[in-house]
Amino acid sequence: MDYFLQQLINGVTLGAIYGLVAIGYTMVYGIIGMINFAHGEIYMIGAFIAVISFLALGMLGITWVPLAVVMVLLLTMLFTAVYGWTVERLAYRPLRGSFRLAPLISAIGMSIFLQNYVQLVQGARVKPLPPVMSDVIVLLERGDGFRVSVSELQLLILALTVVLMIAFTRLIARTPLGRAQRACEQDMKMASLLGIDVDRTISLTFVMGAALAGVAGVMVTMYYGVIDFYIGFLAGIKAFTAAVLGGIGSLPGAMLGGLLIGLIEAFWSAYFSVEYKDVAVFGILVLVLIFRPTGLLGRPELEKV
Amino acid sequence: MDRAAARRGPPVDGRAALKDGALAGGVALALTLPLVGLRTVEVQSRLAIEFHLAEVAVTGLLVFLGRLGLSLAAGGLPGPVLAAALAAAAAGWLLPFPTETLRVLALAGAAVVAARALWALHNGRDRLSRQDRDRRMDRLGARLQDASRLLGPAAAAMAVALPFLPFADRAVLDLGILLLTYIMLGWGLNIVVGLAGLLDLGYVAFYAVGAYSYALLAQTFGFSFWLCLPLAGLLASCAGLVLGFPVLRLRGDYFAIVTLGFGEIVRIILLNWADVTGGPNGIAGIPRPSFFGIADFTAAPEPGRLAFHQLFGLDYTPLHRIIFLYYLILGLALLVNLFTLRIRRLPLGRAWEALREDDIACTALGINRTTIKLAAFAIAAMFGGIAGSFFATRQGFISPESFSFIESALILAIVVLGGMGSQMGVVIAALLVIGLPEVFRDLAQYRMLTFGAGMVLIMLWRPRGLLAHREPTILLHPRKSASRRQAEAAEGR
Repeated sequence: MDYFLQQLINGVTLGAIYGLVAIGYTMVYGIIGMINFAHGEIYMIGAFIAVISFLALGMLGITWVPLAVVMVLLLTMLFTAVYGWTVERLAYRPLRGSFRLAPLISAIGMSIFLQNYVQLVQGARVKPLPPVMSDVIVLLERGDGFRVSVSELQLLILALTVVLMIAFTRLIARTPLGRAQRACEQDMKMASLLGIDVDRTISLTFVMGAALAGVAGVMVTMYYGVIDFYIGFLAGIKAFTAAVLGGIGSLPGAMLGGLLIGLIEAFWSAYFSVEYKDVAVFGILVLVLIFRPTGLLGRPELEKV
Repeated sequence: MDRAAARRGPPVDGRAALKDGALAGGVALALTLPLVGLRTVEVQSRLAIEFHLAEVAVTGLLVFLGRLGLSLAAGGLPGPVLAAALAAAAAGWLLPFPTETLRVLALAGAAVVAARALWALHNGRDRLSRQDRDRRMDRLGARLQDASRLLGPAAAAMAVALPFLPFADRAVLDLGILLLTYIMLGWGLNIVVGLAGLLDLGYVAFYAVGAYSYALLAQTFGFSFWLCLPLAGLLASCAGLVLGFPVLRLRGDYFAIVTLGFGEIVRIILLNWADVTGGPNGIAGIPRPSFFGIADFTAAPEPGRLAFHQLFGLDYTPLHRIIFLYYLILGLALLVNLFTLRIRRLPLGRAWEALREDDIACTALGINRTTIKLAAFAIAAMFGGIAGSFFATRQGFISPESFSFIESALILAIVVLGGMGSQMGVVIAALLVIGLPEVFRDLAQYRMLTFGAGMVLIMLWRPRGLLAHREPTILLHPRKSASRRQAEAAEGR
C-alpha cells in the first residue's frame, strides 16, 4: 500500500509533464489536423534552454531559488515560443492545403533537423544539472524504514500544471483568441469569411503549444537533473499517445491522457519491468486506436471524401 | 491590365522589405541566442557556459540581409540585388567569419538570393506560381519517366558491369552494396507508401525481423543462407500480417504513428530480450553465404568442401566474396523492381493505386480495403525481411542499434524524396541520400542535419516528391509518350 502510494505520487508528477506536452499535440491536431512531429523536439529544446538559463542566472548571481525558477520558466517559454512560431512558419504554413502526407513528412524532417542542430551546437553528451530544489516532505514512514514522500519539486510541478491548465481552459473558453481558435477548428474557411485571421490564429496555437512544451522541458530538467538531445523523440511519442488516449482535439482529454500515461508508466516500471515500460505505452496507443479511436473524451470524427 | 504588369506585382516597398528583414533577423537572433550563443561545456565535471555571441550576431545579420535581398528581388529590384548578392558572396570568401559553417551559410545564402534575382531578371517576373512550378517539374518527371524506359536497362547494365570496371576496388563495391541495399529497401517500401499510399514509419521493423531471423536460424539450427533467405522473407511477412492486421482500420496520420510505435516495440524487444537476441551486444559471427551451397569463399576450405577459386580455377582474392554479395543484392533488388513493375498491371496493383488516390471511392467500387492493405503490408515486409537477412550476412554482426527509427526515416525519405511510386525516383534519391554523405565522409556530423533540412525543403518545393508524375495505368492510346501526354494535359488546363 505504501509502495503503491509512492508510485502514485511519482506517476502523477510524470503525468503532469506528459499532459503539458500533449496539449500542444492536441491543439495543433484540433485546428489543422496534422501531427506536429517536431513538438517533442520543442520540449527537448525547452529542457536545454532551462539548463542554459539556470547556468546563466547562476553566473549573474541570481541564486534565490524562487526567483531563479520563475525567470527560467519565463525565459524558456519565450524562446520555445519563438521556436514553435518559426517551425510553423517555415515548415508547415507553405504546405497548408497540400497533399495530405506532405506536412507530416516535413514535420519528421524538421524533427530530425532540430535534434541534430542541438546535438551539433550543444554536444551529444548528457547534460547534468545540480538539483535546484531538493527538500522532501515525508508523508508516511513504515516500520522497516520505507518512506512515502513527496518532494517540494513534485508539489511545484503539480501546482504549476494545475494553474496552467486552469488558465488555459479559461483562455480557450473566454477570450477572443480562444473563440477564434475554436472557430478555426470547426470550419477554417467560414472563420476566415467572418474576419478571423486564420494564419495568425494557427501561429498563436503553435506558440502556445510550444510555450507549454517549454514549461514541461523546465520541469523535466529539474525533476531528472540530466538531459540530452535525444529526449524529445520518446517523450514526444508518449505525449502524443496521451493526446490520443484522452481524445485528440480535447484539452481536458490531453491532461487526463497524460495523467494516465504517467501512471501506467510508473506502475508498470514498479510492478512489472522497467525495460518494457515503453512497450506498454506503445501497446496502449495501439489498443486505444483500435478499440476507441476517438479516445476517452474525444468526439467521433466523420470520414469525408 | 496586361498580364505581365499584373504578375510583376506592386512596386517595391522599401520600408516593408526592411521591416520584414528586421523581423526575420530578430527571430534568427532569438533562435540562436540561447542554443548557439551560450554553449554548455563540462569543466571539471561541472557545467559551465561558453559564449559564442559573435556567431549569433553574424547569423542574425545574414538572415536579415538574405530576407531583405529576397523581398527586393521579388519586389522589382532584381538588378541591384543580383550585384549585391555577388558582392556579398565575394566578401564571404574574404571576410573573417567566426566559424566555417557560417561562411558556408553566407555563401549559400548569397547564391540563393543571386539565383532568385537572376530568375526574376530572366523571366521578367517576380515569382513562379505554385501551379507553374508544378507543371514544369511534372514535365521533367514525365520526360524522365519516358527516358527511364531506356535509362533503367542502361543503369542496370552499368550496375552489372561495375565489378569489372578498372576503378572498382573494395571501397567502390562496398558503396555499391550499401546503395543497392537501400534501393531494395526503398523499392520494397515503395509498395506500401508509393503504391498503396499508406505512410509506414516502422519499415525497419521488418528489416530487423529478417536480419535476426537469419542470424538466429543460421546459428541455432545451422541452416544455410539459401534456406534462410526465403524463411526470413516468410517470417517478416508474417510479422507484417500480425502488425498490419490491427492497424488497418486506421487512416493517414494515425496509421503512421502506430507503425512507428511498432517499429520501436520491435527494437525495444530486441534490446531487452537478451537470452535470445543478445540484447544490446547483438549477434556476432553470423555465417557468410556460400556460392549457392556449392563452394565457400575462403582461402583454405574445410576438408571435403570446395572453395570458390578452386571451383573456377582462379587465384584466391577476398574480393570474390564482395563481388558475389554485390551481384546477390543487385539480383534481389532487381527482383523487387520487376515485381513492382509487373504487379502494377495486375488487379491488385491497380487496387492499390485506387486506394492511394481515394480510399472511400475505392471502397465504393467494391474493393476490399482490408485485404489489399494487408497484401501490400505483407509483401513489402517480405522484401524488407529478405533485405534484412542480406544485411546480416554481409555485416556478420547485427545489433538493435542498426534498426532505430532514423533508419526507417532514411528509407522513407528515399521513397518520398524520389517521388512516391516512381521506381527511378527511388534510385536517384538513394544516390542522393546514401551516396552523397558517403562521398563527403568528412562532413559526417552535418549529415543528418542537412538530411532533415533537405526533407523539409523538398516537401516545400515538391510535396509529392522530386520526380512525382503519376501515369495513368490504362490508356486508350497506349503508344503516346508520357511527356507528350503531359504537355497536352497542360495545354488543356
